[in-house]
Amino acid sequence: MSFPSDSPADPVASGEPLLSVRGLKVHFPVHRGVLLRRVAGHVRAVDGVDLDVARGMTYGLVGESGCGKSTLGKAVLRLVEPTSGTVLFNGADIGGQSPEDMRRLRRHMQMVFQDPLASLNPRQSVESALTEPLRAHGFTGDRSRRVRELLDLVGMPSGAAGRYPHEFSGGQRQRIGIARAIALNPELIIADEPVSALDVSIQAQIVNLLEDLQKELGLTYVVVAHDLAVVRHVSDVIGVMYLGALVEESSSDALYAQPLHPYTIALMSAIPIPDPEVEERRRRILLTGDLPSPMNIPPGCRFHTRCPFRQPTRCADEPPGLREARPGRKVACHWAEEIAAGSIRAAASAHDPTATEVGTPSP
Amino acid sequence: MVFRQRGRADVRAVDGVSFSVSPGETVGLVGESGCGKSVTSLAIMGLLPKRGVRVEGSVAFDGTELLALPPDKLRALRGRELAVVFQDPMTSLNPVVPIGTQVTEVLTRHRGLSNGEARREAADLLRRVGIPDPSRRLREYPHQLSGGMRQRALIATALACRPRLLIADEPTTALDVTIQAQILELLRTLVAESGTALILITHDLGVVAGMCDTVHVMYSGRIVERAPRHDLFRDPRHPYTGGLLASVPRLDQPRGARLEPIKGSPRDTIPWATGCAFAPRCPNRIEACTPEAPELVGERHALRCVNPLRSAPEAKVVPR
Ligand SMILES: Nc1ncnc2c1ncn2[C@@H]1O[C@H](COP(=O)(O)OP(=O)(O)OP(=O)(O)O)[C@@H](O)[C@H]1O
Ligand SMILES: Nc1ncnc2c1ncn2[C@@H]1O[C@H](COP(=O)(O)OP(=O)(O)OP(=O)(O)O)[C@@H](O)[C@H]1O
Ligand code: SF4
Ligand code: SF4
Ligand SMILES: [Mg+2]
Ligand SMILES: [Mg+2]
Repeated sequence: MSFPSDSPADPVASGEPLLSVRGLKVHFPVHRGVLLRRVAGHVRAVDGVDLDVARGMTYGLVGESGCGKSTLGKAVLRLVEPTSGTVLFNGADIGGQSPEDMRRLRRHMQMVFQDPLASLNPRQSVESALTEPLRAHGFTGDRSRRVRELLDLVGMPSGAAGRYPHEFSGGQRQRIGIARAIALNPELIIADEPVSALDVSIQAQIVNLLEDLQKELGLTYVVVAHDLAVVRHVSDVIGVMYLGALVEESSSDALYAQPLHPYTIALMSAIPIPDPEVEERRRRILLTGDLPSPMNIPPGCRFHTRCPFRQPTRCADEPPGLREARPGRKVACHWAEEIAAGSIRAAASAHDPTATEVGTPSP
Repeated sequence: MVFRQRGRADVRAVDGVSFSVSPGETVGLVGESGCGKSVTSLAIMGLLPKRGVRVEGSVAFDGTELLALPPDKLRALRGRELAVVFQDPMTSLNPVVPIGTQVTEVLTRHRGLSNGEARREAADLLRRVGIPDPSRRLREYPHQLSGGMRQRALIATALACRPRLLIADEPTTALDVTIQAQILELLRTLVAESGTALILITHDLGVVAGMCDTVHVMYSGRIVERAPRHDLFRDPRHPYTGGLLASVPRLDQPRGARLEPIKGSPRDTIPWATGCAFAPRCPNRIEACTPEAPELVGERHALRCVNPLRSAPEAKVVPR
């Protein structure tokens, strides 16, 4: 590539994770009062997250609306300022970078957004949207050739260069958003709900495109989404978030074979599967109540107010840390082993009345 | 049904859609954004604006022709026997009236309960839809509730009049899956216990698979396939239905198989007047697909296609 060399030292050789997050917290102050603005509390959007993303892998982040997925993604790129914790990218602490260094680092870490229209300027042609980052980062090669190259990579005709965002369908706009994200040959892409705004029939096109680009360009992904079926399809490792914290982390296959955390169990049993026979057979674990406010995270286990497996001891007063319950499987629940073994069962009220058996669900 | 706009070509939003639903039955209407699902439900309920819209055909409710009913009669029927739940509950709840009043009003007006009875029944309804601490919630305003709570409150108002027909238009699309599961469970119970006829509108094939007795797949304003749900999912015959099913990843199947997307986008649809609207995206397209639009044919499993997918067991898209 024809870029000035400002790549972080030794990008390929080490076996270290490309991205390493430790103790990351993002707390937003909430103000009350108009004249005397007092801080009335904090939204603990991200509340102490550790995770590693290996090079060339896809890390999927799932969880319900408001659990902090997007904030975590933005904090990694320092698009929001973390309250505490460290983010190492290629071994470099992004917290200690000057604005100028950060700008240069960002070339290697890009974001793809849910709504491609919001991230594209309506008055900017595709060509100009794609050359802008090239110019900003001192690309010295043939820009219009690079634009054609990028369009080709994302499966768009080169004739698209002279056109404007509104002339394209949602799927095509997402392709343009992706072309823009890969324009600078980044190493890491954070994709925040990359397909959830798209029509069902074209989501698969974008999923396939992301997979192809990963193979071709050796990209590392963090994919943030609430659609577990999509995340499961694309991810090697999945982190499940609840109220600002990871409650389970595992390889994608193992997680779906047997979820260990009660929240993951409920979440997976709630996902509809397009097959009537499976739908009739499966056992659902229904949660009651709503997500507590992230301003007011329950003490003890943060899931205990809705947990169908809650026990009289420990759950309400002792916060479970994320621990390795089995090789390669991390879970933040005091009772994960007993639940997996079936010696602790879900409260009967959590069961779908149409289901027959009581016990842990096998998806 | 045709939208007329000044200075613009008419939009034929929904074209010859026919279906029926019996007490205790759930009928599903699936399709992508813009295919005409909501317009269909609004037309059934008589909620389309009077100006600029032309609705033709017939909507018979228990022998009464709704399209011919005077507005006040229709409104009375809507409060009592017909109910609708939309995707965004904020549009249906009155923002300046407490939730409790909105539910009790239905009960006093349509069921003739006294205020005291209505309050007790309202609290009971909120409890049934899974709203904790209902007596306190009754005093709250819609904006004080979360999206899931609001949707449940709206369902509570819909249930208050014990409707004989409920139309649920994407009732869970804006909600998290764990909340969605609660609401779907509630709708299932309603249909099973009170024999309500339910028309469920969604773009989620998974929701349809778990809920509906009969499924109608819509594309560009027309029904392209209709079948009992087991038949439809076991043996999808329309290339659009087959394409949709092949393009969504399934949680219960091994990972790694590549998804098979439908090519193009809904934008590439052609008018039915010029042939099959799906033709530009269809892998099975043949000469006969244009310029004459295919008719919907078949009784139990109806299809609008001249070159459908081969029947199960190995139903698979046949490349051109
Ligand atoms: N700038 C901000 N100021 C205050 N609160 C914020 C801010 N950004 C996010 N939040 C709050 O932080 C929490 C986490 O938000 P975030 O957008 O990260 O959630 P999410 O998991 O991405 O949800 P969704 O699935 O809805 O996108 C939410 O309660 C949100 O309201
Ligand atoms: N008031 C209107 N004037 C003109 N066209 C309209 C009007 N309302 C809807 N349409 C058109 O009718 C078609 C069907 O719209 P409808 O809202 O029924 O789609 P839908 O299937 O419910 O989609 P979604 O999944 O996005 O809710 C669309 O092409 C839409 O643009
Ligand atoms: S620690 Fe207790 S409340 Fe928390 S998830 Fe485990 S069983 Fe449930
Ligand atoms: S009629 Fe032709 S174009 Fe339309 S779905 Fe059938 S095969 Fe495809
Ligand atoms: Mg988000
Ligand atoms: Mg709609």
